Amino acid sequence: MEPIKELLFGKTLNELIQVSTDLGLPKFTAGQLADWLYKKQIGSIDEMSNLSRKVRELLTEKYDFGTVLPAKVQVSTDGTKKYLFVTGKHQFIETAMIPDDDRITVCVSSQIGCKMGCLFCMTAKQGFQGQLSAGEIVNQIRSIDEAASVSNIVYMGMGEPFDNLDEVLKSIEILTSEWGYGMSPRRITVSSIGIVPAMGRFLRESEAHLAISLHTPFDEQRKSLMPVQIAYPIAEVVEEIRKWDFTGQRRVSFEYILFKGLNDTSIHVKELSRLLNGIKCRINLIRFHPVPGTPLVSPDEETILHFKNQLNDKGIFTSVRASRGQDIYAACGLLSTKEQNSNLKI
Amino acid sequence: MQLTNLNKYELKPVLITGNEEISPNVFVFSWKREGIFSPGQVIKITADPNEPPRIYSICSGINDENLSVLFNVKPGGELTPKLAMMKPGDKIYVSAPYGSFSSDDSPATWIATGTGIAPFYSMIRSGRYKNKKLIHGVSYANQFYFEEFLEKVLDENYIRCCSRAETGVHFHGRITDYLIGLNKLSREDKYYLCGQALMVVEVRDLLIRKGVPYGQIYAEIYF
Ligand SMILES: Cc1cc2nc3c(=O)[nH]c(=O)nc-3n(C[C@H](O)[C@H](O)[C@H](O)COP(=O)(O)OP(=O)(O)OC[C@H]3O[C@@H](n4cnc5c(N)ncnc54)[C@H](O)[C@@H]3O)c2cc1C
Ligand code: SF4
Repeated sequence: MEPIKELLFGKTLNELIQVSTDLGLPKFTAGQLADWLYKKQIGSIDEMSNLSRKVRELLTEKYDFGTVLPAKVQVSTDGTKKYLFVTGKHQFIETAMIPDDDRITVCVSSQIGCKMGCLFCMTAKQGFQGQLSAGEIVNQIRSIDEAASVSNIVYMGMGEPFDNLDEVLKSIEILTSEWGYGMSPRRITVSSIGIVPAMGRFLRESEAHLAISLHTPFDEQRKSLMPVQIAYPIAEVVEEIRKWDFTGQRRVSFEYILFKGLNDTSIHVKELSRLLNGIKCRINLIRFHPVPGTPLVSPDEETILHFKNQLNDKGIFTSVRASRGQDIYAACGLLSTKEQNSNLKI
Repeated sequence: MQLTNLNKYELKPVLITGNEEISPNVFVFSWKREGIFSPGQVIKITADPNEPPRIYSICSGINDENLSVLFNVKPGGELTPKLAMMKPGDKIYVSAPYGSFSSDDSPATWIATGTGIAPFYSMIRSGRYKNKKLIHGVSYANQFYFEEFLEKVLDENYIRCCSRAETGVHFHGRITDYLIGLNKLSREDKYYLCGQALMVVEVRDLLIRKGVPYGQIYAEIYF
């Protein structure tokens, strides 16, 4: 059996310098490699035409290029696409591409499955199956049809980004560095349920926006929706956020999925405004896409609008996120679970 | 921009008083208790104050002289291999106990996998086991930590599920297999689940399918 080779795609400039040094190549080769990996649309080491044949052979002995094309794609009537990538041993991850007037947002996964066990989440039902590497995260942007026109990236797919922080930070470095994709970090948002120590490190070591999944301001209720509340209560998460400056270009937002009769009352509005008092932030209200076996449902449109208006009246800028891709398993984790199950049946 | 110094996890140094390997690679780790706590609370621990701490459930009772945690060594892990090597007198850094994962006297079923037994053991050692039933799921029989004590105190309210070895004494299978086989499952009881993510999610789904309102299910995941 051929030995499994290391992948070049997903390496930072420093790591590429190390690759060059290890192979006895001049240091500037690292810059050339970064150029081929992140600025040009090639798919093999052999296509790196400004490297000599000998250098390419040296590289090929130890490394693979490392990009992977999607295994499947589903297109919604509204233009949203769900890409399915295969990773590891028959494991699947999902990437969503959401077109909007002048924007193309890509929603990437950061883990295969998830450990956090949120009651309303399909990915939770897969359990934790593994971490994605920085290369596998960036590949979800690089290897889709719309790669050249992506304007925004959100880490809101499968998994909890702060439970895989090293690779997530590395992927952001590749996306935002001059030698990488050169994107502004202000076009990247990382969404987390609030793992406090990792959140602190993320805020220190990157400039990307932060989104926190809040879903209810009440301790007991949040515990029944999100077991993480025991380890890192939302009050502690918010206390940590208060230590950072979000009055400039960097934004913090709070994600709030509305569940009928559970977290959509005026008491919740009041408590939210108390909890977030003094923080410059916005709340994104999200309609709940039902997942099998979950006893939760979305409230009607009127309740959603009323909830939004009440929050806006309290001075918290609140919007309702448009539901996209409803006809193609909109809830994250549905498509990959379906694929995994059908593979198991074979 | 950070407005205040962040590199603080409000930890204080303590000297450990005991570190006993009660099963292969599973340790009860103790230091002197100062102050009070509620059974079911957790504590942050690190061996190096510059490293982010890890979280552990307290497994000792409220009147025990020491505060203890039960941990298993994660190969390649940052903290647990270090903790496993420590001896009485060595220094670690701990937070104050915090969180709440405790039940009152109302009927409840406690369900744990592996070291997830810790908070329930703390409740039982603290005398808070009235109306409680404990289901512990493990792979092998030597992972029924504190078995002798629990058997004595809980008697028939202590159910052991052993998934990978047929012992003849314990239920052979996973906790979900055991629950599926039950004729009757109280819909009024509270359910406390603790341990691995997949067990928690699968058991929670199963309880909901059997008619238990999700508001009566509390989960602590060791992520
Ligand atoms: C609320 C709460 C309570 C906890 N209570 C306890 C307790 O009482 N006893 C206890 O032993 N632990 C408990 N934990 C887990 C504990 O906090 C640490 O995560 C664990 O001890 C590992 O720490 P580490 O530093 O040795 O390993 P880490 O450096 O954190 O990582 C260990 C290695 O295992 C991998 N890994 C981590 N999780 C998984 C997984 N689920 N599946 C596969 N690979 C994985 C990592 O990628 C890494 O390679 C609790 C966690 C939480 C959130
Ligand atoms: S909502 Fe996010 S953090 Fe919670 S289980 Fe799903 S993927 Fe994990």
